[in-house]
Amino acid sequence: MKKLSEVKLQVISILSEIRPEYDFSQDLNFIEEGMLDSLDMVTLVNGLDEKFSISIDGDDIIPENFSSLELIANLLKKKGVRI
Amino acid sequence: MKFKNKKITGICIILPEKFETFEENMSNYNFSEKKSLKLKKIMGYGSHRIADVSCCVSDLSKYGLEYLIKKDYIKKKEIDALVLVTQTPDYFMPPTSSIIQGLLNLKEDMISCDINQGCSGYIFGLMQSFMLLEQEEINKVVLINADILSRKVSKKDRNSYPLIGDAASITIIENDKENDSEIFASIKTDGTRNDALIIPAGGFRLKSSPETAVLEEDNYGNFRAKDHLVMKGDVIFNFVQTVIPSMIDSLINFSNIEKDDIDYYMFHQPNKFMLQKLADKMKVSQDKMPNNIVENFGNSSGASIPTAITFNLGKKLLTNKYKICLCGYGAGLTWASMLINIGKLNICEMIDYKSELK
Repeated sequence: MKKLSEVKLQVISILSEIRPEYDFSQDLNFIEEGMLDSLDMVTLVNGLDEKFSISIDGDDIIPENFSSLELIANLLKKKGVRI
Repeated sequence: MKFKNKKITGICIILPEKFETFEENMSNYNFSEKKSLKLKKIMGYGSHRIADVSCCVSDLSKYGLEYLIKKDYIKKKEIDALVLVTQTPDYFMPPTSSIIQGLLNLKEDMISCDINQGCSGYIFGLMQSFMLLEQEEINKVVLINADILSRKVSKKDRNSYPLIGDAASITIIENDKENDSEIFASIKTDGTRNDALIIPAGGFRLKSSPETAVLEEDNYGNFRAKDHLVMKGDVIFNFVQTVIPSMIDSLINFSNIEKDDIDYYMFHQPNKFMLQKLADKMKVSQDKMPNNIVENFGNSSGASIPTAITFNLGKKLLTNKYKICLCGYGAGLTWASMLINIGKLNICEMIDYKSELK
């Protein structure tokens, strides 16, 4: 199994707190699989903002940016988080 | 659009006495307590006002207007037009504005009309009122924004029920020949996304029936019927974050007003998170854009902007005048904004339905 970066592990930790019933380290589409709904995304954004001291832009809060670990990491990178 | 020689002279908010807290309804939602309390903090869930089952839009409106008349803020004979913005009328027919006119025995020689708009409804109502005031015969308009949406939201819908609140607002608008400051406004519509915020049953497309009253579970554990309001939360959120900042930029450019000269941004109040993200995106300090209405009263649709004005500025508006950017967005989809000076009001007050006139 591919080793995950520290940032991705932190993201998984936030995701698991929101939806403890799912394994977010799997290569799945979190939205299509019904693992995250819109309120979960709000909670996730709040968690990421707090954890990484950033403010994710409102217009970036779309399901397409939260459907995988890779895409969430890309969003963090865009906000200046070192991946 | 531009208007001149118009002013708001009073705002009164009428709130149902009964309130519910998020905690008392928490067990209705398919969430752990920990998760619910986390969402409470992020979204600003708190206590929301819920109208009694016997209370309709005309009741809240009559109560508020009687209060204003009794306290001599307005005389019946002065009301040349009554504009009611609501999506929860007493009946399909007649217009609820006619019912209010009748309940108060207002003069026959006046215009009364209903406008079907939701969260953009305050701006729609103000613009309609300003246009009426362009007519020589009309000098004073009463604008009512009122909704009792709690009755159309499933108590087991955690996306909507914790946010919703019932209320009415009454805004008195007059001609003012000496006031030549301009009012700037903009309204936009995108009907292709009309299903993002909808009550599917109850109109003529799909009549209410025993079948439409059956609660169904969605993919995320919310239970609602076709008779209930359904909101695509992610679509609405993205719509607001995408269209509103550019609309406000265009309005400011159109007005030639410096952004720093705007004292407050009184926006529709869907939830705290959405407003915080909007303020960040627009680089507006959160002191200038209050987001405290949902946690104190709930989102009361078209009445939420005047509620935000009254709750946050209240008595200051009796003596001071501020340049305020108003903005509403919601069902339609529609979005609307306005730059207007508001102040030196005769009244800016919140009252509880059925407690003031006893």
